Amino acid sequence: MDFFEPEIETSVPEQLRELQSKRLSKVVNYVYEKVPFYREKFDQQGIEPEAVDSIEQISSLPLTEKDDFRDNYPYGLFATDLRDVVRVHASSGTTGQPTVVGYTKNDIKLWSHTAARTLVCGGACPDDIIQVAYGYGLFTGGLGMHYGGEELGATVIPISSGNSRKQLQIINDFGTTLICCTPTYALQLLETASEEGIDFHDLPLKAGFFGAEPWSDSMRKSIEKRMNLDALDIYGLSEIIGPGVSSECLAKDGLHVFEDHFYPEIIDPQTGEALPEDEKGELVVTCFTKETLPLIRYRTRDITRLWREKCDCGRTLVKMERVSGRTDDMLIVRGVNVFPSQIESVLLDIEETEPHYQIIVEREGTLDELEIKVEVSREIFSDEVKELQALKDKIARAVSETLNLRAKISLVEPRSLKRHQGKAQRVIDRR
Amino acid sequence: MKVKQISIFLENRAGRLNSVVSYLGEANVNIRALSLADTSDFGILRMIVDQPERAQKVLADKEFTYSLTDVIAVEVPDKPGGLGRVLAALERDGINVEYMYAFVEKSGDAAVIIFRFEEIEKAAEILNGQGFNVLSNEEVLSL
Repeated sequence: MDFFEPEIETSVPEQLRELQSKRLSKVVNYVYEKVPFYREKFDQQGIEPEAVDSIEQISSLPLTEKDDFRDNYPYGLFATDLRDVVRVHASSGTTGQPTVVGYTKNDIKLWSHTAARTLVCGGACPDDIIQVAYGYGLFTGGLGMHYGGEELGATVIPISSGNSRKQLQIINDFGTTLICCTPTYALQLLETASEEGIDFHDLPLKAGFFGAEPWSDSMRKSIEKRMNLDALDIYGLSEIIGPGVSSECLAKDGLHVFEDHFYPEIIDPQTGEALPEDEKGELVVTCFTKETLPLIRYRTRDITRLWREKCDCGRTLVKMERVSGRTDDMLIVRGVNVFPSQIESVLLDIEETEPHYQIIVEREGTLDELEIKVEVSREIFSDEVKELQALKDKIARAVSETLNLRAKISLVEPRSLKRHQGKAQRVIDRR
Repeated sequence: MKVKQISIFLENRAGRLNSVVSYLGEANVNIRALSLADTSDFGILRMIVDQPERAQKVLADKEFTYSLTDVIAVEVPDKPGGLGRVLAALERDGINVEYMYAFVEKSGDAAVIIFRFEEIEKAAEILNGQGFNVLSNEEVLSL
């Protein structure tokens, strides 16, 4: 089984654009009629829904932000009556209220469909036994992949996350061929397996669908080698639908975006201007075909780029690069984009343990000053001043090589950096 | 021969030194010798205490970053040129002093100096060979 919906996944670009234009026109009129939030926005900006008939016009439409969910909590953005909503999910924001999303019966069908595409993209077929080790519940990961597996006609094991020993036993006993979980959980399984003396080469797994958090290509290589499977990056977010927005195929060269339903664009996160293909920026997605939550140009806050090429797998859908960071975290210091994750990996290389750090940006005169405070753990402490100075220099050098920016490094005492519910406050911007 | 020194990482800001010595004081730990190496943003407090185990427990509970370092304690005649003779003995054999500081109390008529060397065994041998009195841990703690 090469494709779940070959006519779409391998369609000619012109045909796809025609479909997208038709669907855009339909959804714009639909939200104008059904969602007061959009009616107001369109009216304010003088957008006439009837006049939208081409996908080229999409960049003139207003953006939707995560804050709009907060302002319309919990159901204000829904385009359908609650009586037609058969399911809600919610994502737990680290701050503030949860973001609530809803689905009609048709929305659930659509979701099952795109999640099944995701699975087939990674080589799944109806003969497969799929262990869904994403959490079930308000989080969309578990139920999303579950319905996708059933839609495909595969055998689904709804084990949810947690209890690694049992997960491993079931993989072995039930003959699991595909596993769905977060990359972090895959590492957890590897750890438990090594404690229990289990070798993944003896297990029937063929592929893993890993998503819901950013991970790197080097992590992929390590997981593939140790778990003896194809490790695939899948992407989705509950505001759009859940898993099943885009996913990698076995070529592992970008994620195919299911653009017949979820139209991607890249914008400059600072100005909101649309950027051309191939440029890196914030991913914005429009839902063409959803009934309850048809978002127009939703800002995902994820940083990526889009490009088009015929893939080795035969799909012609636009490709999206592995997400490299979040706009929430991005800082611009002296014109350079800085992600805390880059600094984290520099420190991780030097300390070889999870670093505790804080990034402080200040403006002195007209110049941005970057300071990185690093907690001194027992592992890196030396009782000689010159050793600690050398450590500071080493961090500063590594930061400058990675970011092309000079940073002041300050060593601070353990626990001196503020933590919020166990999570450190990573960035303080005083500009 | 070797004496255990506790080294603590401190940020260079008001109150940090006081907080360490207060916690130790509350736990009845007596500081017998100390030195503070400082830079513009951090410092390292090095000290010899009468109850090293208890001091470590206090520091761990309060989540300080600290380490244990071997140092040696040497009796130096308390008169002009006393320290010079010790250093001269070391210099002849190319032993480099990483840092040093003086003990609060005296041992008889002599002052006690704490030394940190890279080559600690060799330094102790040389000093012993030259007739200097290198104090044991017990001797230091009983001062």
